[in-house]
Amino acid sequence: MSTPETAAGTIAGAGAGTTATRKKRHLSAYVALFPAFIIVLLAYVVTVVWNIWISFTDSKVLPVNIFVGTKQYERLFTTARWLISLQNVIVFGVLFIAGCLILGFLLAVALDQKVRFENTFRTIFLYPFAMSFIVTGLVWQWIMNPTLGLQKVADSIGFTWIRFDWIVQSDLALYVIVLAGIWQSSGLVMAIMLAGLRGVDRELWKATRIDGVPAWRVYLHIVIPILRPTIITASVLLAIAVVRVYELVLATTGGGPGISTEVPGKFIMDYLFGRGNIALATGASTVMFITVVILVTPWLYYEYFREKPRGS
Amino acid sequence: MTMPSSVAVAAGGPTGRKPQHLSPARIGLYTFLVIAALFFLLPLYVMIVTSLKSMPEIRQGNIFAFPRVWTGEAWVQAWSTACTGLECGGISVGFWNSVKILIPSMIMSIFISSLTGYALSFWRVKGANVLFAVLLLGAFIPYQVFIYPLVLIYRGVGIYSTLPCIIITHTVFGLPVLTLLFRNYYSSLPMELFKAARVDGAGLWQIFFRLMIPMSIPILVVAAILQVTGIWNDFLFGVVFAGRENFPMTVQLNNIVNSTQGEKLYNVNMAATILTALVPLIVYFGSGRWFVRGITAGAVKG
Repeated sequence: MSTPETAAGTIAGAGAGTTATRKKRHLSAYVALFPAFIIVLLAYVVTVVWNIWISFTDSKVLPVNIFVGTKQYERLFTTARWLISLQNVIVFGVLFIAGCLILGFLLAVALDQKVRFENTFRTIFLYPFAMSFIVTGLVWQWIMNPTLGLQKVADSIGFTWIRFDWIVQSDLALYVIVLAGIWQSSGLVMAIMLAGLRGVDRELWKATRIDGVPAWRVYLHIVIPILRPTIITASVLLAIAVVRVYELVLATTGGGPGISTEVPGKFIMDYLFGRGNIALATGASTVMFITVVILVTPWLYYEYFREKPRGS
Repeated sequence: MTMPSSVAVAAGGPTGRKPQHLSPARIGLYTFLVIAALFFLLPLYVMIVTSLKSMPEIRQGNIFAFPRVWTGEAWVQAWSTACTGLECGGISVGFWNSVKILIPSMIMSIFISSLTGYALSFWRVKGANVLFAVLLLGAFIPYQVFIYPLVLIYRGVGIYSTLPCIIITHTVFGLPVLTLLFRNYYSSLPMELFKAARVDGAGLWQIFFRLMIPMSIPILVVAAILQVTGIWNDFLFGVVFAGRENFPMTVQLNNIVNSTQGEKLYNVNMAATILTALVPLIVYFGSGRWFVRGITAGAVKG
């Protein structure tokens, strides 16, 4: 972080920078940053400010500037659909992140045991990550189809007591989405963790073997703590997927049965474009915005804005 | 890691276990791997066999059974005649729309992001840190926050629901991650190189085009892979910003599958699903380790 200034200083000191050329240099840097600046200003800053402002107005189908205070927020938190969305995103988030981390970690550990066909296995575990959530959702919707999918297979071999019709059960449909999500994303965790495991010092393994420490204890007490940054990164990535979850729900259940698998992302889209209540929708997105800012700002600061030597 | 090298490492390896005979632990390990592989492969298998069956067979048979009569008819239908609501031009319309969206979006987002990343890491000017902070934060904020105001901005400018509109949108939302990617990459390059070019009198643009771009081929490949898969798989922006004539493949696919008219043609739906997944899958299988590098570098610190 500190070196660039030093470098600029060195150049100036080397005589390349008279005041005129310095100004010119800065000018061209501003020109280079101009597109990004415009994008950040219009698409990120103005939109967020506008979004927050509208959430305090009485806008319905069209945005209006009638200030109504926190009315929309009061309405939002008495709307069953929103409360269910919040509850769902929390349940989905916890199960999805935990599921991906556990499965991803186990797969990475398994692949790290000098197995044969490692490349083939890795390819198989990761390919779903190349697929979109829409495709993922549609595939799992088809497998979980109560009359033609897994249920039919179970019935036809006589296991009629097995129920695979979760997708039409309002209390179970969310777990189909969790399953589809884990199928799509755990390969990512596997890839990240495998890279992390390969970075663990081989001497450490030698030492623990000599001391006769069982492998599982080494993983639990030494390797997992070493992998902490990797685990945090994977969790952050998965958490972004959780707050943005929309397409997966749309393609798997469409939010149903009823409103049992609604999520905030879908709630907002529906109220913006389908149900014509912009103020309520912007209120909901403001809630999401504030939640995310509170959650990620400390992590971002820690990760990117502490003074660190260049190239680390 | 390729097989020969990992075997070589295993020979003198710290875990010391040479798998010469199968111990119960090894059998357990492989059982786990095989079961996991089946779990990951199952949907792909079901998709493929379903797409090759006829509808009567789908209704009678089970989803895992091989087709009794193989037919490619569903594929032809999915590609050229399947109905998305009122129009019946198949998924091919969406395919070409996705291509039209993908290529310019990719070029524009990579160009602006690499330029920004370069300027941020070598030409530190006032306000650059603020710009970078907002960009970083932007990478984490749910898209739903930006969507409606952007619709209004695009309407104001008069480009809403057009090809430029969706291209700009992909550039806008590709910017945070790609800029981070390029910034981290350029930060790892030796400062001396840059200084030497400065002393030789090269300006910002000269250094960018003649020094940085040629040196960033590996990271450009990573960025391209990220963008191809990301833009191709996008649904949300496509449905909101592209406009009916430019709906990308994912949106068309969803419309075909969730079209309420008539009987659900599962074989056609599955063929259309595979067709939609084909481009990112080709990128995935074709780029091998680069894909892994892409996804990890894309969001993880480089």
